[in-house]
Order: sequence, then C-alpha cells, then structure tokens
Amino acid sequence: MAQGTLDARAGRPAAKLSTMQQVRRSLWPYLFIAPFFILFAIFGLFPYLYAFLLSFQEWDGISPSRWVGLENYSTLMSDAVWWKALYNSVWLLVVTSINLVIAFALAFILNSGLVRFKDIYRTAFFMPIVASSVAIALVFTTLFGLNYGLVNYVLGLVGLGPIDWLQDARWAKPAVALVVIWRYFGWNTVIYLAGLQSISTDLYEAARVDGARWRDIFFHITLPLMRPTITFTVILSIIGALQLFEEPLMLFGGTASTSPGGTDRSALTVLVYLYSTAFQYVEFGYAAAMSVALFLVIVVFSFLYYRFLGSASEA
Amino acid sequence: MATTTGRTTVSTVETRGADRIRAMDRFSSVILYIVLTGVALVSAFPFWWMIVASTRRSATILSTPPPLVPGTALALNYSELVTGLPYWRNTFNSLFVSLSHTILVLFFCSLGGYAFAKFRFPARDQLFAIMLATMMIPPVLGIIPSFMLMRWLGWIDSYLPLIVPGVANAFGIFWMRQYISSSVPDDLMDAARIDGAHEFRIYWNVILPIITPALAALAIFTFMGRWNEFFFPLLILKDEMNYTLPVALASLQNLYSSEQGVQLLGSTVAILPIMIVFLLSARRFMAGLTAGAVKGM
Repeated sequence: MAQGTLDARAGRPAAKLSTMQQVRRSLWPYLFIAPFFILFAIFGLFPYLYAFLLSFQEWDGISPSRWVGLENYSTLMSDAVWWKALYNSVWLLVVTSINLVIAFALAFILNSGLVRFKDIYRTAFFMPIVASSVAIALVFTTLFGLNYGLVNYVLGLVGLGPIDWLQDARWAKPAVALVVIWRYFGWNTVIYLAGLQSISTDLYEAARVDGARWRDIFFHITLPLMRPTITFTVILSIIGALQLFEEPLMLFGGTASTSPGGTDRSALTVLVYLYSTAFQYVEFGYAAAMSVALFLVIVVFSFLYYRFLGSASEA
Repeated sequence: MATTTGRTTVSTVETRGADRIRAMDRFSSVILYIVLTGVALVSAFPFWWMIVASTRRSATILSTPPPLVPGTALALNYSELVTGLPYWRNTFNSLFVSLSHTILVLFFCSLGGYAFAKFRFPARDQLFAIMLATMMIPPVLGIIPSFMLMRWLGWIDSYLPLIVPGVANAFGIFWMRQYISSSVPDDLMDAARIDGAHEFRIYWNVILPIITPALAALAIFTFMGRWNEFFFPLLILKDEMNYTLPVALASLQNLYSSEQGVQLLGSTVAILPIMIVFLLSARRFMAGLTAGAVKGM
C-alpha cells in the first residue's frame, strides 16, 4: 500500500534526533495503542478464556462452584432443547441469507446508472438498521397479529392467509426471518453499493467494446471484484444470524415469557436458550458450555465459507 | 450490448437502434423505479405504523381495515407510559450512557488509529493483526464471564459496564487508522515536530482537528450502537430507575401487554430521536461508513 512510503518519509526527520529522543519518541505509539490492549485483556480476553474454564464447572452464581469435567458438554449433547435451538438458529441463518441476494440486486440496480435519487433510496433502505431492534420487535408484534394484524390484512386482499405468525409453530421462524431480512437488507445494500461504486467504469466500457454481454460482465467482472465485499457481509451475517436474540425473544412474549421461542420452542434460538439457562435457571456453567459450543459452530461455518466459497476461483 | 450490433449496420438502422435502446432503457427504468419505491415503502412503513399506533388505543389499532392515520389517544398513552415507568429518566440514561461512551470512543480510537497509521514501531503490524483478529470472536462467548466480572467489580446496576468496556475498540481504531493513513499528510506532523511539540500535543492540536469527518461518522455509528444495545444492559441494570430505553421497552411489554399503543409510544420515543439524527446526517454518515468498509478489504 501507499502506507509504507508515507511512513518511510515520516521516519527521515526522526533519524536526525539523538538516540535518547528516539527512544522517547518510540514509546508514544505504544502508549497510544495501550488502552485497546489493556481493556481487551480485562473485558475481552479474560471473559473469553474464563468461559472455557466455567464450562467445566457447575455453578449457580452463589454457592461455591463444582468442577464437573465434561459433564456440561455431555448433557448438552443429549439436550433435545439445545439441538432444537441450534437447528432454529441455523435455519434462520440459511433463510435470512436471502437478504444478501436482495441487497446485491438492489445495489446493482442503484449502481446501473438507469435510476436517479440513489441517495434517497439508500437512506430509506438503511432506516431499519438505525432503529432499536427491541422497539422494532414490538412494532412487528402488532403487524403480525392473527385477526387484526396488517400483514394478514394485506395477505387477505390477495386471497391468502390468515397466518397465525406468532402462535403457529410452523410460522414462528418465518416471522422472525421476515423481521431480520427487513432489518438487514438495507445495511448490506449500502455495503454492496460502495463495493460496486469502487469498480472502475473503464472495466465495463472495455468489456462492452470487446462485445461482452451484461451477463458475462456480471459473472466475470462484477462478481470476482466483489468477492472481498461479499465475504465481509457473509461473515457478518453468519456471526449475526447465529446470535439472534432480540427478535426471537421479544416477538414471543419478551423477558417474562413463559414459553420463550413461542409454541413448541419453534423460534427458540441458541441465544434465547442461553439467556434463560443462565439468567432464569441460573446455570452459569451449563450456559458457558453453550456459549463455547456456539462459538465453535460459528467458527466452523465461517471456515466452511472460506474453504468452499470465499476463496473459490472466479470460474 | 446493442452498440456493437449497431456499429456493423448502416447508419439509419443505427439511429433507429439507438432510439430503441433509449426506449427500452426508459421502460426498464420505470420498472426499476417501481421496484425501488416499493422496497423503500416496505422499509419505511413500519415506522409510520408505529407512529399511528402510538396515538391510538388497542381497540382502534386492532380493527379491520387497520388504521393508517393517527388517532386521538396520544395523551392517554403518554400518561400510562410515564406512570408505568420513569420513562424520561430512562431516556436520559440512554442519552448519558451513549454520549459518554461515544466521547471516550472518539478519543481512544482516534489515538490508537493515529499510532497505527503514522508511526513505525517494532511489532506494529503484528499488533495490528492481533487487534483485527479479535473482531472475529463472537461476543456471545464472553457473555457469562463478563456478567460475573461486573459483579465482582460491584458494577451491577451501574452505567460503568455500558460505558467503559469497548471505549478503545478494534473496529473504531481500524476505522480511524484507515482514514488517517489515507488523508493526513506527514508534513503536518513533521512541521509540528520541528517546532518541538511532543507527540500527544501533535495528536491533540494538529491531528484531531483535521479528522473530524471520520470522527463524525464513528460518533454516529457508536452512538447508535449504544443507544440500541439490549442484551448486556438487560443483564446489568436491575432497578427501573437505571434502565436504558431498550430495557425499559422490554419491561413495558410486560407491563402493558394488551395495550399496544403504550408499547409503541415507548418505541417511538426510543426510535424517533436517533432516526432524526440519522436522516439529517445520512449522506455524510453513509459515505463515511462505506469508505471505511471498502478500504478495509
């Protein structure tokens, strides 16, 4: 990068200084970046490492903790609710990834040069991400009502439904997915649009002069050049979707819910289960084991993406 | 695509071809406008619905067809909102937490970003890589021990857990580094050094004033994140006087489970201020956001 040359220039006047001054000067940058490493050690690294330790213990948060070895993990492996929650989270990850496709299409349209008012559309699409997800979940709870909800009213106009979004076990996950897609497509559109805008129009011009059709341009120029941006959004989506919490919690009764995740726990995500395990049933050790397991799942998904899609050659 | 076919034919056909392309472009752009406007409406409508419902009692919210214009129950909803919870206090708490966190983030992240952008020091690149790698760890892993840590520190029901951790965060430092390394000339610092200014002074007097565009974008981004944060405050804040808005909203859902108007008035209070700030600064904010995201690749 241009970075290196700038630095080399910055280094030159320093060479004229005495050794003592140079040592003093070289301490400054460490001082400037120290807050990050100190705070990360206390509030990041320590909790991360302690999570592993805690996952081998049984602890209710009050009485002395007890070392139980791998017991939490073996319980987890035979815990049907855990598997259901994991299934729900992965389901939501897969289904909500449609928002990346929607976002890419919208960004492609906005970048095509065929439409004006790009800023207005971009701003409108981005609005959902600005709002509190708890507040949004309350709004959607009323929109999803069975008899009077606006979603069912609109479906009724075209002869569909009504769908019992929040009570019917089959529709709970789709309801969460709709809120999540609605919330995040604009964010991804804005990121994709920035990526598309950074591709030089000369490339397109050259391809057109060479007689390339737009399909070829899309698959052989746009997609390969967008791969880093796509990877960025996919990884963020994996991390975000597997940690869904506010929407599945608030849509199905919130913090005082007697049936978190709705009917038959059909929208119970890993984080909602983890939350109720730790803070309603006060099983800190077991909840820590869940967080470690979810961490590993996220790592595996991200790795699989890198391995099979992220680095694939642009064929 | 059609330019190439046009070129190989006689000129009259070429102009007719061009006309056809223009007509086709116009046709497809009409379709595109319809799609984009439809999507924009879907994006914006729930906010309008929220405002409508916050001025109505549940009896008129739950009617067929659903109401699309504001009603007359705003005052009634408001009086229930503020008797159910100390809602203005909760709003103030959100403001206080978000604002103090944001100010600290701007300071520590610009300082760290400046160091990574403009100094050469042993292990710089390794430290930078480590910092970036920490961003890949999903926060859920540390959630239980973080809660325990706050208990040990005696920080339960205090704002410190919401303000202090993350004031020097990897994303912010990365962000500021990208901006500083691409848009702050070295001559500026060299000149100040020759004048004998020490390094912190250079940061404070020379660097800070010229990186305000990046600081503004980071400020909005950070403020939004803190204003909307829910999981950790939910664990930390026990007394309703200390609730921030998202936690207060969750409690509002339990208090007024059958009165959607009150819930959505609470939501409006939580959303409207930040939405106005966003809409006023949208152009600059998104330009900054995307510049950082793309340069980061």
